[in-house]
Amino acid sequence: MSAAVATATASEGAVAQRRRRGRRRLTPRLLIVSVAAYLIGIIFLLPYVEMVITALRPPSELQSRNYVPEHWDWSNFTSIWKTGFGTNLRVSLQIAGGATLLVLIVALPAAYYTARRKFRLRVLFLLLVLATQMFQPAALLVGIQRQFTSYGLSPVTSLILVNAGFNLAFAVWILNAYFSSIPAELEEAAMVDGTSRIGALTRITLPLALPGVVTALIFTFIAAWNEFIVALTLTGDPSKGPLTVAINNYIGQYSVDWGHLFAGSVIATIPVIILFALIEGKVVGGLTAGSIK
Amino acid sequence: MADVVTGRAGATTAETGPVHHRRQPRGRRALRAMSPLLWVGPAIALIGVVVLWPVYVMFKTAFQHFTPNGFYLGPAGWKNFKNLFNEPDLNSVLERTGVWVVVVVGVTMALSLGLAELFNVRFPGRRVARWALIAPWAASVLMTAFIFRWALDPNYGVINIFLHDIGVLKEFGSNQADWLGRPDSAFAWMMVVAIFVSLPFSTYALLAGLQTIPHELYEAARVDGASKWRTYRSITLPLLRPAFLVALLINVINVFNSFPIIWGMTRGGPGYETATTTVFMFQLKQAFIGESAAMSVINFGLVIVVVLVFLKVTRWRDQVT
Repeated sequence: MSAAVATATASEGAVAQRRRRGRRRLTPRLLIVSVAAYLIGIIFLLPYVEMVITALRPPSELQSRNYVPEHWDWSNFTSIWKTGFGTNLRVSLQIAGGATLLVLIVALPAAYYTARRKFRLRVLFLLLVLATQMFQPAALLVGIQRQFTSYGLSPVTSLILVNAGFNLAFAVWILNAYFSSIPAELEEAAMVDGTSRIGALTRITLPLALPGVVTALIFTFIAAWNEFIVALTLTGDPSKGPLTVAINNYIGQYSVDWGHLFAGSVIATIPVIILFALIEGKVVGGLTAGSIK
Repeated sequence: MADVVTGRAGATTAETGPVHHRRQPRGRRALRAMSPLLWVGPAIALIGVVVLWPVYVMFKTAFQHFTPNGFYLGPAGWKNFKNLFNEPDLNSVLERTGVWVVVVVGVTMALSLGLAELFNVRFPGRRVARWALIAPWAASVLMTAFIFRWALDPNYGVINIFLHDIGVLKEFGSNQADWLGRPDSAFAWMMVVAIFVSLPFSTYALLAGLQTIPHELYEAARVDGASKWRTYRSITLPLLRPAFLVALLINVINVFNSFPIIWGMTRGGPGYETATTTVFMFQLKQAFIGESAAMSVINFGLVIVVVLVFLKVTRWRDQVT
């Protein structure tokens, strides 16, 4: 239902925009701004275009000085699976998926409760969340390494925990903002009509907070997917590590396997950029702790 | 669990109206006192185990003595810190870290002010153009670093090919073309990459900030006949301050902790000549865990200062209550 509402408002917005655009003349100034903005957009994409081009270069043309190869070659994308890339992809999916699931399970109740109730620990808890949002694994790496190697957990389990822990703050913060914006009266009305509290939560509040939930999920997934320094530290054998570690491993001591490195990067990067485009507008609010929305 | 949930529901009705105004048995009340922990406890536990406990372990390690392969030899007192301060490279690493943070964050913030202003204008196709901007934000920074490493290849890198085409680069494979082989030029290029990947978030944060400025203010300024520059200086900049400060602090933290760019492009080398404190800590970790922990403690102190400023700037109390 909320999806239908969303599309309705979206199409309304589009109509309004078109109307506004229609009124707007393409003044010289607007033309210059548009061209400049497109150019900047292209500059931001260029490195990733180069990544795709290099991945599609035949090995013989890796050393020819042309911007675009004469022939396109997909062999990097087929031969990469023989280097064990499938395992790395699976490990990345496990880590990112596991971390995302854990964040959801842990953040949802915490964010909901802090949005709905005043309790003694509330301020302290939110302060903890805000402060740890600024903590990054790189600054605590030695501690993380010593702690998790002493636990004897598998690297995948450790990385799920670390990624979930360091991305929890973002999820709690953005979900808390969504839950707070949904009036408690809606739930109370549903409960008067005979639903349980959990029923009200799952049937009223969660669907309304869905954009926030999706944002938190995608953001956590991407952050865990791209994480490098802890993955590098906790995985002993690169062939059993996630994608970032595997791709780093294509850099050898004396030579670099650029073809496979970039084919792997394309596989690891493109889906993530598309996923990120879906939540683009909502990320800033979560990252800046709601101080700008 | 179900019991607690009904306890909660009972509490709501008791608060909203005197419908079920009956005293609850003592067991229920105890459960009610516990129920916040049930909802918030897992989050506290996760943060505690994964984020806070490593801080303690790190501090402990900084005062312990380890062999290079990780055998514990006993307490070390301040010896790790003494060794760290005696590292001949420490001063240049600290200096370089300062330059790294100030230049990358400074240029990023200055450029994103302009970018935000540009992308705030309503022009046809703005949505698509904005999407192009997020690529470096969403993509793994490590892979972006590798792209630039390849593009700067002295013989076949596309940046060198371009520089050769426009006549800046005289000869492929020359010392000039080997940008990442010379510490100074390598560091400069890494700063370019760091700015490149930091721009999207900063621009988006400032764009969000621009949207909070009421439109009437601009109209009032126009009616008063204020010039564009004057309007920008007296309305936009002051009202953009909160967004600017928060984006700045988040950038400081990110850039200071940035590891993949330097690791991906030069591994901090030659020697330690392109390392920042974060990379230096990682390099030390391979052989001297205690000393590396000492470096981490210093890094962490810096992070704490930034976090305190961040909490002040975001005015967390207003948001929490």
